[in-house]
Amino acid sequence: MTFELFIFYVFATVTVVSAVGVVTIRNPVYAALFLILAFFTSAATWILLEAEFLGVVLVLVYVGAVMVLFLFVIMMLDINIDPLREGFIRYLPLGILVAVVIAAEIILVVSSDVFTMAIPDAMPADYSNTEALGEILYTEYVYPFELAAVILVVAIIAAISLTMRKRNDLTKHQNITEQVRTKSSDRLRIVKMKTEEKL
Amino acid sequence: MIPLSHFLILGGLLFSISVAGIFLNRKNMIILLMCIELMLLAVNMNFIAFSHYLGDMAGQVFVFFILTVAAAEAAIGLAILVVLFRNRRTINVQELDQMKG
Repeated sequence: MTFELFIFYVFATVTVVSAVGVVTIRNPVYAALFLILAFFTSAATWILLEAEFLGVVLVLVYVGAVMVLFLFVIMMLDINIDPLREGFIRYLPLGILVAVVIAAEIILVVSSDVFTMAIPDAMPADYSNTEALGEILYTEYVYPFELAAVILVVAIIAAISLTMRKRNDLTKHQNITEQVRTKSSDRLRIVKMKTEEKL
Repeated sequence: MIPLSHFLILGGLLFSISVAGIFLNRKNMIILLMCIELMLLAVNMNFIAFSHYLGDMAGQVFVFFILTVAAAEAAIGLAILVVLFRNRRTINVQELDQMKG
């Protein structure tokens, strides 16, 4: 067993174990932390496949942004876990059965001769994965790249407009229409009073 | 050196685990979203493995776009979840029958 294969087995084992942790553990916060571990080890596997840029992006974007968002949402919501867990034991055999069948089918297919490919030679030391990806991304795929930017903008606008709510009772804001329409009689009230008698 | 099938089996295992997770956590919407993220990770693993072994950069470009769309999907999904919890005080999928679908 070469050292490379040993590293792959270590990372693959950690990835699979943490994925099992994500789907079985009780506390959603721990599930999110397990998912972060799975992303980290997958990033290491991708770097082993000479996709350094995507490995770094996975850590930055997923661990740094998406999973932090998940953790924020979990902390914001006051969830009662017990009713959400019911049916876990009941569906455990079915879930395991489906998972085993899918895994067995995939393993049977991918271990056939069709998927045995020659192992490519390692790239030279001065080869930059980021540079190669950027070159192809900004020339051949520039139109999909701009579409991806549009999708991100749409997502930002959708997320903000979904979660924003008006809170008239708490915020101090001006209502310009009302201010312009106001008349002096709305603001000033003249009260007739009797004068006090001289002592 | 690592043969291609190792990476494909790892991707397949991750995918089947997340399918099982959707079966087990049918009621907790947060875990369901996490299972979808895990599925996308398994798919990306296959893309990168094939990209490396075929020497074709297009696979990595595709993973780049999947990451973009998945980030957008997670943001919108969590926003919907927050609005849902604000209105219904629950994230139980079983109780979400307002639309009578």
